[in-house]
Amino acid sequence: MFHWLEKNPFFFAVGVFLTIAFAGAVTILPHFNKSAQPVKGLKPYSVLELAGRHVYIKDNCLSCHSQLIRPFKAETDRYGQYSLSGEYAYDRPFLWGSRRIGPDLHRVGNYRTPDWHANHMWEPTSVVPGSVMPAYKHQFTNIADTETAYAEAVTVKTAFGVPYGDDIQPGRAAYEKVLKSKVLPEALKIATQMKNKDLIARVKAGKIPEVVALTAYLERLK
Amino acid sequence: MQSNAAMEYDYSIVKLYMWTTVIFGIVGMLVGVIIASQLAWPQLNYWLGEYGTFSRLRPIHTNVVVYGFMISGIFVGFYYSAQRVLKVSIGESKFLMTLGYLQFFLYLIAASGLVISEGMGITTSKEYAQMEWPLDILIVVIWVLWGMIMFGLIGMRREKALYISMWYYVATFLGVAMLYLFNNMEIPTQLLSGGLGAWYHSVSMYAGTNDAMVQWWWGHNAVAFVFTVPIIALIYYYLPKESGQAVYSYKLSLLSFWGLMFIYLWAGGHHLLWSTVPDWVQTMGSIFSVVLILPSWGSAINMLLTMKGEWNQLTDNPLIKFMVLASTFYMLSTLEGPIQAVKSVNAIAHFTDWIPGHVHDGVLGWVAFMVFATLMHSAPRVFKREIYSKSLLEAQFWIQTVAVVLYFTSMWIAGITQGMMWRAVDEYGNLMYSFIDTVNVLHPYWVIRAVGGTLYFIGLLMFAWNFFMTATAGRKLETEPQFRSPMA
Ligand code: HEC
Repeated sequence: MFHWLEKNPFFFAVGVFLTIAFAGAVTILPHFNKSAQPVKGLKPYSVLELAGRHVYIKDNCLSCHSQLIRPFKAETDRYGQYSLSGEYAYDRPFLWGSRRIGPDLHRVGNYRTPDWHANHMWEPTSVVPGSVMPAYKHQFTNIADTETAYAEAVTVKTAFGVPYGDDIQPGRAAYEKVLKSKVLPEALKIATQMKNKDLIARVKAGKIPEVVALTAYLERLK
Repeated sequence: MQSNAAMEYDYSIVKLYMWTTVIFGIVGMLVGVIIASQLAWPQLNYWLGEYGTFSRLRPIHTNVVVYGFMISGIFVGFYYSAQRVLKVSIGESKFLMTLGYLQFFLYLIAASGLVISEGMGITTSKEYAQMEWPLDILIVVIWVLWGMIMFGLIGMRREKALYISMWYYVATFLGVAMLYLFNNMEIPTQLLSGGLGAWYHSVSMYAGTNDAMVQWWWGHNAVAFVFTVPIIALIYYYLPKESGQAVYSYKLSLLSFWGLMFIYLWAGGHHLLWSTVPDWVQTMGSIFSVVLILPSWGSAINMLLTMKGEWNQLTDNPLIKFMVLASTFYMLSTLEGPIQAVKSVNAIAHFTDWIPGHVHDGVLGWVAFMVFATLMHSAPRVFKREIYSKSLLEAQFWIQTVAVVLYFTSMWIAGITQGMMWRAVDEYGNLMYSFIDTVNVLHPYWVIRAVGGTLYFIGLLMFAWNFFMTATAGRKLETEPQFRSPMA
């Protein structure tokens, strides 16, 4: 049979395809639905948190940080309760990471505060001597892209039924409204907790620095 | 294998990909040396503002070496060897030539677009699949063009039976096509939001655990279908050609090929051990990873035995050195991987430096060595010139071999040290080390790794020089060399 296949490229290709497709179908498909169910009480990310998540992705924090607490005593002692599938139900994309050059961050919101982050992101070694984490000073001046975050919220609400409120609607008018009524006040709260006058002033002027959005996201990780 | 001396083949596309192999190799590995140094000396993060941090540069390193250097090297091998094993010149068809050029130029655009967007932080975040949707579409087009060229050549072939290398090229094409499409299912966010936000941004069709499963199904099989399958295609062609020896066993080739195809895809779960994916997927991942040793070692042993009775070539032909050491590193790497896939070992190894250590003994020792051998065996036939310097090639070989050994030994020690420190407890059961303790202890190993990387990079520069001189100034050859590549 194999000799015959080698002379018949079409059937050879079909044979290869079936052989490789098979495993994927068996391992991935059966759990698709079940793995996607949220744990009870899980809220979708707010627009500000989503914008912060985008900063996390843009600056690729996941090259050094995981968000997956494995079920070992050493891990739960260090980071808290091990991670559950349902906690990730609104994570698009997942951000588990593959290398822990820095600690896991899946529950960092439980033990760090906004002003700690403000100092740490500005100069990590000022808080933790010997840290190899880069300082992210540009996040204090770059402005977070809340519009794209909002567009994503609308998209996942429409396409995947993520339970956002009625105010999340397509269109610029709806976005402006949410920005004024929700995103900016939420950002102001975080900026105030970060105890940084400059950040507070910027938010008051209607511009949210990346680090404020990022901190909102990190605070949400619990 | 019989000689092809009677036929003339068209190498214009081969040449283009040769240059991109060298250039992307230099860029990608230089960035690798930089990020390795940044971990050892964090002050190096600030030479380029936000664009110079470790986290922005790391995906540039991985993507440029994988999709720039390796894929270019694979296309060199493909456009060179497919013509020869099928006994058809791509120049016989104007249409296929046009597709070939088109494929190359789109590839250049995609690769440059990838570097720029990574630098700007435009990314989906998924490892080896960071490209946002516009680039994804471009890559699909490039891949389809490649498929058309491959099957076009197959359609025109004069040699009825497909040689072993062709099996692996076909598998590369199909495997990557299937996996890439599924993994990159995403919705551009402007579509449903009434045109709000960045045009290039998209959101994954899968969430959380599902996204992780699909991503590592891809991530793992990118390793399979980019770092392994096409590289086996290269060695099945180039080792017999350079040594003048027939492949040791046809049966073993058959067994290894179909075995690899069947088993590889199951092993993806080993990237997600102890995570929230279903237990049985994890167990299957572990078990099949161990079974995977069989076909992997099957190919490697088949290659080593091809040299039976001709081991003297190892001492006097540096290209044989590269290829034999490549198969040996392939064996090492495919034994190491399954060890890391055992759940209890993985509990310590995962998230540590042992993983990049494992990757690099595979890619530096196996993939890159094969790419060097591919370019250097092809060069005298493509440029009709002798290889510029044998001693330079020898020196490169030894420097890079030492470099790989420094790299993976330091990463093994670093990984296991850190994995053990994370879980160490004192007599009362409390954690013994704060996290930063487990980072600072790694400093000497990170320095050694950076030194290893630098040595490897120096070897690469020697290669680039040697290759450039071969192409432009090597002694002219009257007739195409049969087997052993002539070198000065
Ligand atoms: C080069 C690797 C690296 C990168 C990239 C990196 N970090 Fe870190 N991070 C570390 C290390 C090492 C530590 C531990 C020492 C410290 O606290 O600074 C750490 C600590 C942290 C902590 C404190 C966690 C704790 O439990 O104390 C937070 C929060 C954090 N990083 C957030 C981020 C964010 C957000 C980014 C992306 C903008 C990022 N890191 C990028 C290496 C990195």
